[in-house]
Parts: sequence; structure tokens; C-alpha cells
Amino acid sequence: MSSSELTIVWVYPDLLSTYGDRGNMLILAHRAQARGIPVRTVEVFANDPIPQGDIYLLGGGEDGPQALAAQRLLRDQGLHRAVDRRAVVFAVCAGYQLLGSSFFAKGEKCRGLELLDIFSNRGETRAVGELAGEVDPKLGLPTLTGFENHGGRTHLGPRVRPLARVRAGIGNDGLSEGAWSGTVLGTYSHGPALSRNPALADLLLRWATGEDNLAPFDESWTAKLRGERLHAVGMQ
Amino acid sequence: MTSSAGDDQKLPLRAAIAAGVSRTAAALSRATGRGDGSVIGGKLGMMIDPELLAHLAAGRRIALVSGTNGKTTTTRFTAAALGVLGDVATNSFGANMPTGHTSALARAGRTPFAVLEVDEHWLPKVIKATNPLVVALLNLSRDQLDRAKEVAMIAQLWRDTMANYPDIHVVANADDPMVVYAASSAAQVTWFSAGQRWRDDAHVCPKCGSHIVRDEVGHGWHCTSGDLSRPDPQWTIDGSAVIDPSGRKHELKLQLPGTVNVGNGATALAVAHWFGVSPADAAPKLGEVASVAGRYAQVERRGRQIRLLLAKNPASWLEAFDMAEDAPTLLVINARDPDGYDTSWLFDVDFSPVRGKRVLIAGERAYDLAVRLQVNGVPFEYVGTFAKAVEAVPPGRLEVIANYSAFQDIRAELDRVL
Repeated sequence: MSSSELTIVWVYPDLLSTYGDRGNMLILAHRAQARGIPVRTVEVFANDPIPQGDIYLLGGGEDGPQALAAQRLLRDQGLHRAVDRRAVVFAVCAGYQLLGSSFFAKGEKCRGLELLDIFSNRGETRAVGELAGEVDPKLGLPTLTGFENHGGRTHLGPRVRPLARVRAGIGNDGLSEGAWSGTVLGTYSHGPALSRNPALADLLLRWATGEDNLAPFDESWTAKLRGERLHAVGMQ
Repeated sequence: MTSSAGDDQKLPLRAAIAAGVSRTAAALSRATGRGDGSVIGGKLGMMIDPELLAHLAAGRRIALVSGTNGKTTTTRFTAAALGVLGDVATNSFGANMPTGHTSALARAGRTPFAVLEVDEHWLPKVIKATNPLVVALLNLSRDQLDRAKEVAMIAQLWRDTMANYPDIHVVANADDPMVVYAASSAAQVTWFSAGQRWRDDAHVCPKCGSHIVRDEVGHGWHCTSGDLSRPDPQWTIDGSAVIDPSGRKHELKLQLPGTVNVGNGATALAVAHWFGVSPADAAPKLGEVASVAGRYAQVERRGRQIRLLLAKNPASWLEAFDMAEDAPTLLVINARDPDGYDTSWLFDVDFSPVRGKRVLIAGERAYDLAVRLQVNGVPFEYVGTFAKAVEAVPPGRLEVIANYSAFQDIRAELDRVL
């Protein structure tokens, strides 16, 4: 951690917050506090500079706000500096797309942040529904489960690894889902993706704090939710 | 509201046959318990005559009511207010697409007045078909994103539509920047203000993309480039009263709870004003509305006074918490087609207003809610079903807040028992 408290920065909630995106910030703060880790959450609006932090969250957004968010982040460069410091970035949906080299918004190709070796274009169909897959064994996480709603298709370059192999839904392209490299991780599992993936939330906390032994957390309800959602796609 | 075959005599033959079939099918649907008839009747009628809605609307003075939240209640209030003038045709079951409108007009006979609730996406087509006198635009916020168009797209669709109909008078919400953007292309607008709890879908100006800044005090707002700002409202509220454009105060004495319904009342009075109904005459009519399609209804079951509140998206959950009394509270969540299959919105709602109450949870997606409440620091009891919740609480008040299909299930269950 960069200071005595874990600082979670929600990037541009005024632009990138479509559907429950606040959830990931609330979940990380809750799980950290439950382990006795002091937490500070910062919501930074698009006309303010990106502050110092330990975990940066980017949510989903409509086309116009997505393009605007990418422009502002390119100009600000604060997120790039944070990644250079090995801060953690967790991005979903539109936020995930704009981490790549390019993406499409309102029919135009837009320049991305180049923080992940990916690029996105438009798919022929919109991907809407349950998304599930086996997570990259290198991350040591259980099955990913979420809900996706996007029109993009994302293509991975050699400098990233896919987050998961798709078993239900579309993800990047029907085969792989999400991408990660170092401490930057993106997924099409939109909104409060961490609500169904508490082990992924803890991975982000471990990356940010360097604390490998997080105290156990009451997972009775998250376990029931995961069981129900994975059963719904025939995976449990 | 009466209707007879004689009423159809002024319709073209094909439309008259279609209207008759529509009424018969609706009556059959009701009689066999398959539904309230408002969709099936309209569907059959429109298969026979696709122009049926336009034929049935011709010659009537019509108000349309659209927006993400409050349409059903505002439609009901407006119909009550226009009741001063005579019979009013209305789709009071919330069937808010053209099939429902067709059915409502076919059922109503020849009354010259109609108030129709219209789904946001359908508004342009329904305006074209019905040539309304007044269109009320209430609010726009996120709602079932996995199938609905995005908020900004709807605002643009409305704006493009209103620009094409200079004869229509628009009654619109001055507190919602998206609605102001949509309505300000209209030739004639009356603005109302009733405050707005939910603001998370209007951070960015839909006109220029700059930020929308809210005043620290009051309801004022403007975008930083100056392209869009809050118009001065002619109709406002003060507590439970509506203040009309002349500054006169009308105490509403509503049976329906919450500030949001005072705002819906103000909208209804503003619409009725355009039909020539004075707010002094209309206001008492609103107090006669006890429930709207089962919403806000209170029922007694085994010594429990159960009140049903419908909350179907983040903005309406905030309003429901404002209405709920301090009593055991059951929260019920489903995620079927009418609700949207995505439960992500649960994290857009701050559930802390129910903290400290006895909270019970149920519904097909109760586990999603359980995880949300755990993160929110709200203790809860998982009961699974409505029936078990009724058993779990002592005699007295039980507040039930449910999303759309969960609400309908509970209504059906109560109907069976009562």
C-alpha cells in the first residue's frame, strides 16, 4: 500500500457507471475492512485529476461517455503513472475496452490507453446474458461467473493472458473472456462483478496490500449465489 | 365507462369489426382468468386493422404520459382529474404499448377524453397514431439495461419526436436534465418541479457533453458550458400541496404515500389544466385514488396489515424507502423477463434506509440481494417466500417492497387467498 490505508479510486463515476458499477468499490472496501485493513474510497470525476491510489476501478458506460473517459485519461496520464507503480486496475465492460489500444464507440474507432495489449471492435450481435468460464490457472481462482451486456468483441495480443476460458456466454469472442497482465485485469462480467467472485476480489486486495494471508470471510451468501448462478448455466 | 356496438358506427367498417373483436377477446380473457384483457384484445384488434389505434383515437382529446417511473400513477391521477369533465378512457392496468392503448379506447366507447400511459420506447409511434393534445414527460433513468435502450438514446428519440409536433403541448419535469433536453425541442412546454432523489443518470449534458452541476441548495442545475440549464417551473410542490402557476396552493390529501406522489399529482393537475380543468376542481379527485393496479394497496391477512410497494429500478427503490413506515419490511427480488435478467442494479441502491428495521428477504434472486445487504451492512433474515414472511412477523404492519414480477406474484397470491 502506498500509505497507511488502502486507497480505492473509482475512476469517473460520472461517465463510467451504468449498472451497479459502484458495487466493486463497495465490495472491496467491505472485504478489506472486515480484515482490519483501513480503507479510503475516492470517487474521482472526469474534470478532476486522477489521484494516488492502490486500486483503480473502471466501470461500464454508454458509447459517448466511454470515448470521453478515454480522452480524459489519455490527457491526464495519472492512470498510466499508477500502473507504472504497479497499482491495481480492475476494469469492466466499457472500462475494460478502453484499456486496450483501440475500441469502437458511436461507430468510430477510438484511441485507448494501451494499458492492456488488447483491441476491441464491434460484434455482429450484442452479447447479453450469463457469462461463466474457467479462470486462468495462473491466477488460482474458482470459476468466473457474471452477467455481460456489450456489443464489442475483444482481441488479445501476446502481452496479456485471457482471464478465463468461456463455458457460457460470449466474453471476448466466445472462446476467451477478459484479460490480465501484471496487476491490470479486465472483464466483460459487468457491473458488480466481484459480488459473485469474492476470490477475485481478494486477489485484487492481495495484489494491492501484499498481504497473502487475508483472514477468512463469511462466504455463506456468496457461496449460495455462486452455486445458483453456475447451476443456471449448467455448470453445477 | 360504457361501450356498445353503436359506438362503432362512426368507424370505418374494418375498424368497427376490429374494435368489436378486440372487446370480445378482452372480455373472454378476463372471464377465463387469463389476464385483465388489456393486451390480448388490442392484439387481435390490430391484426384485423393495423390503423385501429388511429381510428379509435380520432376526434378525441388525448393526454399521453411517459417516463421511466410514475407513469401508471400519474396516468391514474390525470384520469381522475379529467373525470371532472366526464368519462375518461384510460389503460389503467399499466398495459402501456399500442395493443394496450387500442384495447383501452375500444373498451371505453365514445367518450371524448383519454389518458394513456405510454412505454418510453413507443412514445413516437403512439404520438403519431393518437395526435394527442398534451404529452407529459416525467423522468428518465436506468431501467432494465439488458433490454432497454440507454437513457441518452431515449432522450434523443423524444427530442427528435417533439420537434416534429409543434401543436402538442408538453408538460415536463424541470428537475431531470434528460427530460429538459428532450422537451425543450417542443414548441410549447409547461415545466413542473417536484425534486428528484435519483441523479446518477444525468451527470453529463446530453446536448454538449459537459458536466451538469447541481446547486448546493434547491433544485437548480446547469451544464458547465451553459447549453442546458433548469427552466423555471410553473408548477411546484410544497410538502403535500401543489402550487399552481398563479401561486395558489392546493392541498392534495392523497391516500398514496410519498413525496413522489405529490409530484405525480402536480403533473396530473398541470395536464388537466390544459384540458380546461381548474386545479381547485381537480385536486380533490386525486385524493379519491386509493391504489393503482394493486400498488400501495393495503390488505389484511392473519392479523397482518400488509402494504405492497412496487420498486422496479434504482430510482423507484429510493422513493419506496421514503414511503415505507417503520415496520418489519420484506424485500422481494425476481429477475424474469419483465424485470430484466440482470440484478446488477442492486448495487446502485443504497439499502441503508432499512437498516435498523426488521428486514426479511425473498424471491427468486434473494441470494443476490443477500450479498448486496451483507456489503451494505444491513442485517436480514432469509425467508424465501412471501407466505413465510407473513408467518415470520407478528400481527401488525408488514411493508412489502418488491420488483415487478415479484410484486405481480404477491398480488396473485393475495387474490387467491382473499
